[in-house]
Amino acid sequence: MFQNQYETVFILTPVLSEAQIKDAVDKFKSVLTDNGAEILNDEVWGLKKLAYPIQHKTTGYYQLFEFKAAPTLVATLETEYKRDERIMRFFTTKLDKHAAAYSARRKSGASKTKAPVTE
Amino acid sequence: MSLVNEKVERKELNRKKYCRFKKMGIKYVDYKDPNFLLKFLNEQGKILPRRLTGNSLKFQRRVSTAIKRARHLALLPYVADGLK
Repeated sequence: MFQNQYETVFILTPVLSEAQIKDAVDKFKSVLTDNGAEILNDEVWGLKKLAYPIQHKTTGYYQLFEFKAAPTLVATLETEYKRDERIMRFFTTKLDKHAAAYSARRKSGASKTKAPVTE
Repeated sequence: MSLVNEKVERKELNRKKYCRFKKMGIKYVDYKDPNFLLKFLNEQGKILPRRLTGNSLKFQRRVSTAIKRARHLALLPYVADGLK
């Protein structure tokens, strides 16, 4: 089946407890894996300060997934995002060959340098 | 005599602008790196023109989409005061 490489970032509300955050992240991970996506990278940025308030919140919990999937999955994923009240923002993009090369480099570098920054 | 056009002495004589992406061989502008994108914003958080950054059209376009994506994800502000 034809597959593209995508990257998705979403922001969860900071009001959730750690267990609830884990629950929400797992839910979206299973949305991806159940629909035949192959997860390439899973990055937790954690609780970050927002550049401007969203829904009167000044912080948010960032999570990134990089995956390979059929194009139809993106629509399914985004409707799931819209239905979920815990999601404050989301963004999904297709990675072209330069972006894929960049993220591969980032992934190999992230394990060494970037990981301690995201607490 | 004062009306005669004299050549203005500039300190940086004929320093040519260049596109830093082409020069450094950067092929992808990442929206997830707000500190890098900060170079292309002014203090109010507005995108700087090509006239000032020297970017080629191709990369100016990519920079501007990357900034807009970063703004959507609240990594960069839409409006700011004293960003730098």
